[in-house]
Amino acid sequence: MFDFLSNYDDPSLLGAFWVTVQLTVFSAVGSLIWGTLLAAMRVSPVPLMRGFGTAYVNIVRNIPLTVIIVFTSLGLADIFGVTMGAPDNFETKYFRLAVLGLVAYTAAFVCEAIRSGINTVPVGQAEAARALGLSFSQVLRLVVLPQAFRSVIGPLANVLIALTKNTTVAATIGVAEAALLMKEMIENEAQTLLIGAVFAFGFVVLTLPTGLFLNWLSKRLAVKR
Amino acid sequence: MTSVLYDAPGPKAKRRNLILSVVFFVLLALLLWWVWTVLDDKGQLEWSLWKPFTTSDAWTTYLLPGLADTLKAAGLAMVIALPLGAVLGIARLSDHRWVRVPAGAVVEFFRAIPVLLLMLFANEFFARSTDVSSADRPLYAVVTGLVLYNASVLAEVVRAGILALPKGQSEAAQAIGLRKSQTMGSILLPQAVTVMLPAIVSQLVVIVKDTALGGVMLGFTELLNSRGTLAANYANVIPSFIVVAVIFIVLNFILTSFASWLEARLRRSKRSTGAVLGADDVDDLNAGEVGGTLGTGAEK
Repeated sequence: MFDFLSNYDDPSLLGAFWVTVQLTVFSAVGSLIWGTLLAAMRVSPVPLMRGFGTAYVNIVRNIPLTVIIVFTSLGLADIFGVTMGAPDNFETKYFRLAVLGLVAYTAAFVCEAIRSGINTVPVGQAEAARALGLSFSQVLRLVVLPQAFRSVIGPLANVLIALTKNTTVAATIGVAEAALLMKEMIENEAQTLLIGAVFAFGFVVLTLPTGLFLNWLSKRLAVKR
Repeated sequence: MTSVLYDAPGPKAKRRNLILSVVFFVLLALLLWWVWTVLDDKGQLEWSLWKPFTTSDAWTTYLLPGLADTLKAAGLAMVIALPLGAVLGIARLSDHRWVRVPAGAVVEFFRAIPVLLLMLFANEFFARSTDVSSADRPLYAVVTGLVLYNASVLAEVVRAGILALPKGQSEAAQAIGLRKSQTMGSILLPQAVTVMLPAIVSQLVVIVKDTALGGVMLGFTELLNSRGTLAANYANVIPSFIVVAVIFIVLNFILTSFASWLEARLRRSKRSTGAVLGADDVDDLNAGEVGGTLGTGAEK
């Protein structure tokens, strides 16, 4: 029944899902960093940074991810010559471009999640920190963000799950991840339903445990008030 | 909260903020300058590449038909997904285990799968098992994929909308002797529709954005796909990307603003029960679908 799987070596089924996992992990780390920076900008005392953060979030959130990913290939790579340190290796180049696009897009949602987390920290916490004479960056680093991150695990988990699903968009620029392999298989093999079920199962396996674990974690780490 | 994080700036803080502003401004300017020079080098700034957008030809041949297809797919998907989502959402609230559990399984299953997989599968299914013409197939596949995914998200919206109503509503309905179906049909659902209206509009943004996926992967002639044809004709990669991105931003910004306006209006209104399912609430229900379901993002 699963004979057809042996026709696909490069990438194999597991190989393709491994690329999906890699895309997810790299983009998650990148967007967490960039998203946190954006959130810090949006609450900073510098008006220009605040304006930039707000504009970035509102613009990026309203553009389809597909447009961004396709642009990284046709615009960034072809016109701007951004090759992400791999001008000759197409596989690496498009993989990294896809990560860049996913980071740029997902960071906007990470930023909003963290900002809403900052808003859940009681005003008294920041006031007490300021009363001690801490500076803005100390207030943010030592008092507000540690609490905000704990209350933000739930929303961030949702962003991570969505990111896992969004990595399939990388198929549009030819990154050999799960969705692209599925497209190839489903067009060439007779077992349409079986192939659909196999790939659907793969994503359920990827997203369901992540969601359950992070939900458990967010309940465990929630700041009891 | 923003202002609570820092004191009113004194002389030292003012100087520091000014330095930060200048540094940040210089960095931004450098980035923009780099973008500008590259575009200039590659000849992307030449007027001949931008001129097509001032003529009616580019709009009537490429962009407007593309936009029409985007809106058609999004509209169809919403119109079909809404009743389906309502049925699934109500089924999940059923008192009977054999209705509740399968409905829950269907909803959780389709929320866990990328919408692209659903589109690809639907496309192949229509190609093999139906006689949908190959010209119509991309539209059918895109709408089917979007319906399957969004029906399950809307099911959660409907469920949350009904649960957000005060308990007294269903208790009062029972007290005057209405049956369960009557309670749902004439008391809970009509009020829940108002409660979840902002959430539904927000979900429309997600749908509009997802149509672009069908344009690249299935050759559905929506806006992003038409951009490809247009750029092939006028050789204006960057201008066409900018124009298409702006169209998407304006369209989605209007939808997001409309949702926020609806939410604010419903929160104020005296006739409702005061329960509103805002965009932020749906963000969590959306199984993390990263889709613009948040508010306007204005400074708070």
